[in-house]
Order: sequence, then structure tokens, then C-alpha cells
Amino acid sequence: MPFSLASRVKDAIVAKLDDDLVTRIDAIPRENLNEFGVDPFGFDPELVKMLAPIAVWIYRHYFRVQVHGIENLPEGRFLLIGNHSGQLPFDAFMVGTACLLDSPRPRIMRSMVERWSAELPFVSHLFVRAGQVVGDPSTCRRLLEADEAVLVFPEGARGINKMFAQRYQLTHFGHGFMRLALETKSPIVPVAVIGAEEQAPAFFNIKPLAKMLGFPAAPIVLPQLVPLPLPVKYHLWFGPPMHFEGDGSEDDEIVAEHVKKVKNTIQRMIDHGLAARDGIF
Amino acid sequence: MVTTASDDDKAKKAKPASKKRADKTAGKKSTTKKKSKKTTKKKRDTRETVLVTGAAGGLGRLLCRMLHRKYKVLGIDRRPFPDRPKDIEHHRIDLRRKSATQLIRKKKPDCIIHLGVIHNPQSGEAFSFNLKGTAQLLEVAERLQVRKFVFLSSANLYGPNATSSSFLSEESPLLAAASSPEVRDLISLDMMVQSFFWKQPATETVILRPVHIVGPHLRNAPSKYFRLKRIPTILGFDPMVQLVHESDVVGALSRALEPGPRGVFNVVGRGQAPLSRLISVRGATSFPVPGPLFEGVLDRMFRYKMTKFPSPELDHLRYSCLVDGTRAERELGFTPERSLKESLLDLE
Repeated sequence: MPFSLASRVKDAIVAKLDDDLVTRIDAIPRENLNEFGVDPFGFDPELVKMLAPIAVWIYRHYFRVQVHGIENLPEGRFLLIGNHSGQLPFDAFMVGTACLLDSPRPRIMRSMVERWSAELPFVSHLFVRAGQVVGDPSTCRRLLEADEAVLVFPEGARGINKMFAQRYQLTHFGHGFMRLALETKSPIVPVAVIGAEEQAPAFFNIKPLAKMLGFPAAPIVLPQLVPLPLPVKYHLWFGPPMHFEGDGSEDDEIVAEHVKKVKNTIQRMIDHGLAARDGIF
Repeated sequence: MVTTASDDDKAKKAKPASKKRADKTAGKKSTTKKKSKKTTKKKRDTRETVLVTGAAGGLGRLLCRMLHRKYKVLGIDRRPFPDRPKDIEHHRIDLRRKSATQLIRKKKPDCIIHLGVIHNPQSGEAFSFNLKGTAQLLEVAERLQVRKFVFLSSANLYGPNATSSSFLSEESPLLAAASSPEVRDLISLDMMVQSFFWKQPATETVILRPVHIVGPHLRNAPSKYFRLKRIPTILGFDPMVQLVHESDVVGALSRALEPGPRGVFNVVGRGQAPLSRLISVRGATSFPVPGPLFEGVLDRMFRYKMTKFPSPELDHLRYSCLVDGTRAERELGFTPERSLKESLLDLE
């Protein structure tokens, strides 16, 4: 019975969905799906339909996301590189939703999630069905080779857990994404996320608590009593694709040079975005 | 001609239950007769001899039936092998016995396929049988300088793990022992054969690591699991699963005998899918149980020998353990014939 119940719930949700939204979800590339309707990593576009109403509401009404330059997203494989912030990964969620709702070619962004998410009941397989994968270079390489679009935050946990005082300052960028981009000949699209850095201002990080819980960090955030981020206004700035020549086996200095170029581009876009916005909310 | 094999000794590679017991005594008698017939025939036979250990198991029988057209097949198992084709020579010996070693040295096989491993963690003698038997077999293989040594290991040895990456390669560490001590011996077997591979360059050693094998002739854990009408799962988890059909494993084993390939190969069927969808393809209903409750019940049942399924193995229902089978495709020329759906529906 649980199977038919689930399908009935799904039918009810899909019936209420906007036609435009359904056509967009149906337009997600489906070449990699198998006879069970999932791709090798477990992504299922039909499940996206069930999650879409929540995503759309958060996107349109909670964070009121403004998108700039989304027509820059190329066809085929690419790596989307951005600044990470906000304690909870709503930035990835919103970037992904933008690529689905506002891009001229609807795409599903495959983002690299924290490894411990796979241990959480329900969340683990919901993430997987929605196209998220556990962050790992070999997984990322496979996705790019299958012409998927991958979202990477090279700052990782360093970025998402940064303190309020460091907002909009990029921390150290890892080099892994650049080697993968060179190896798989994937263009890099820079994205600046404005707003997320203020959604959950953090002032302290209790490291022993984080260690005890097995979390990457345990920051004390402003809306500690309400477990929601502040309703800041998001601005997403997508830059033109950047192409780099090479095969991924270059010396560290050369790769570092490329990474620096991407990082500087994103920092410039952040500065431009900050100057262009009217206020935090 | 020794045997005391109980029914359950090779749970994973078991056989259709019905005939077995009745054949036991009959098989014993007929072996000697057939052997004498063989020796007269042998002189004209120029085919290579392949020794198959665990020949009477579900997979062993299928393999022998496939190989005997091309090779001279010599089977060794404690269990009888009834209804075998006439030209298959079968000996009911415990691999640990000296007589087994002597027999192999006398027969001088060109290739050895080692399937004779007890996977049942409830079996008290699994440890001694697996380690001692394999060690002796490797010793004989070294002495005879066989052309090929093929060992059937398992991709489960990588261990389902929340933090492992998708599509593990053959170089990934075998981490299953961390959560389930029952597989520790099986890992050490894999390692023993690996070190044989490095020490004996004259022999082409092949280790196959198939994912969960399912098939109508098998009574191993995954086949039994998918035959259930109400299939227990863990509440809140729905991992991606890979399966491989028994006939594809046999195909991979026989390909491994061809001259050339050596090393470790993952053997994977076509495609992977969430557990819940596999269950609905079977027409069964899933029956989600909260993880800790499931573990507790299973632990108790395991202690009282009501199940052969140790609770750490539940991680297979919780986390994905996807492996990459492209090396077998490239170097072994192995492509699975059955799709995931076909393999499941073939379970009868």
C-alpha cells in the first residue's frame, strides 16, 4: 500500500503544478535515465515535481531571488563555481532552483553535498533522488563526463560556516575543481550569491560541540530560536563561461594561477552585486 | 572420498533443495565408477583441464555445465554433484584434506577456479575451511605453476558506507570488516589471492568481485531477500543497488580463463536502481522497519541461529555501495547480458 499512497500523493501534487513548471521539469535532459527512471546516481526528475512547490515558494516568496545573466549557462557539461555562505546550504538550493526555473534551458544542478548527509534518514535518499551527490572528485568527474552541470563551492565548509564579520570575503579556494575542469574540458561558469551571507549571521563557532555532533561546525547564529534563515533578498549573478586550456596534470603553480583568475572574477562580481543592490531585505 | 557436508554449509552458493538429500548417497557411490571410465578416455583428450572447487554449489554447477564443452572439468566439493554431464569428473573431498592436495597434484590442472568458499557466517568451520582450504590450494597452484588462477571474491567487501564515493574502483580499500567482523575472513582470502598474484608472475591470477549475485539457481542472501513477498527495508533509507545475474557471473568466470587478463575486476550487471523500485518490479511490498528495531531483532535471531544474516549486513539496505565495472568491460571483454529488470524477474 505505501507505494500506491505515494503515487497518489504525487499525482495530487503534479495536478496542482503550474503547466510551465511541468514543461520545464520535463525539459531537463533525460539521456542518462535507465529503465527504472533514474540516472546512475539515483536522480529522478519525477521526484523533482514533488519537491518543486516548496522550492518555488522559497525561491519566489521567501528569498525573492533576483537573477542576472543566467543566459550565460552553456549547453552540455559545465562547472558552476560560486561563493558559499549562510550556515545552511540555501545558496545551493536557490542556485539550483534558478537553473531550473529561470534559465532559458532548464537544467538540474548536481551539487556536491556533505558526506554526513548520507547518514540522515529520509534526507539521504531525498537528496539523491533530487540529483545531489556526495562530494567526491571521482563522482564529479563522472558527472561531467556524462555532460551534466555540476555546482561546486571550492570554499566548502570554510565558506558556509564563516563568521558574520567575514561576509563577502572569499576564503581559500581548493584546486580540485580546476583540475577536474581541465581534465574533462568543462567550461567554468562563475556565480556570485548575494544575500545568503546575511541570512544567518554567526558570531561564534563552538568547535567541541561540532565535534561531538559530527557536524562540520556548530555556529551560534542570530535566529537561533527560530530555525529558519532570515528572509534576506537573494541576488544571483551569473558570469560568462571561462575556458582554460590543459589536461589537469599541470603543475600546482599553473593551476593556482587559473584558480586565482576564477576567484578574482567571483570577488569582482560580488563587489559589483553588493554595489548594485538596494538593501539586505 | 570424505564428506560430512551439512546442507547449509554453503548458504550463498546453495542448490535447489529438493533433490539434494536423496542424491547424497547415490552421488558417493557413482563417483568411483565414473572415475575409472574417465581414465581410459583421458589419453586422447588434448583439452586443458580446469579444476573447479565448490563445483556442486549453485554457481559451480552452472559454471561446470558451461565449461565442459571447451575444457576438461575436474570438480571438487564436499557435496555431491548429481545429474552432472558425463565428462565432468567430480570428487567429494574436503579441500583441507591432504588427499585433496594429492589428487590435484596428480591431475595437474592447467587452470584453477576457486569457488569453494563458505559465505555463511553461522557456520562454525567457515574460518578454518576458507583459510586453510585456500592456502592449500594456492600452495598447489604454485607448485604446479598453473596457467590461470581465478578466485571469486565479492564487491561487498568494499563495504556499504555513508561516506564512500559512488562507483568504487578495484583499488578502493576493502572496508567491510570495520562494521561486520563476519566478512573479515573473506577479506583475508581476497588479500591472500592478491599476494599470490604478486608473488607468482608466471600464473595469471584473476580476482572477480561481483556485486550481489541473484539467480533462480541460487539460495544466497540477495536472491532469498528478493524472493520474499513482503520485503523488509529500513525506514528512511532507499539506497541504490546493483545486481548481477548468475549467468553473467558464470560468463565472467569463463572469460577470465582466456589467456591474457590478470588482476582484480569488479563484475556488475547492467544498471542500478533504488531498492524501492526493485521491490516494486518484483511485485512485492516493502515493509519499512526503523533501523535500530531491525538491528535488535536481527541480532537476537542471529544469536539463536534463526537467521544467517548478521545485523551489520543491514548496511546494504541503508547505504549505497556502487562499484565501477568498466575495467572488466575493457580488459576482460565482459558485458552483462541481463538487465537489472530481467535479473530480478528471472528469480521465479
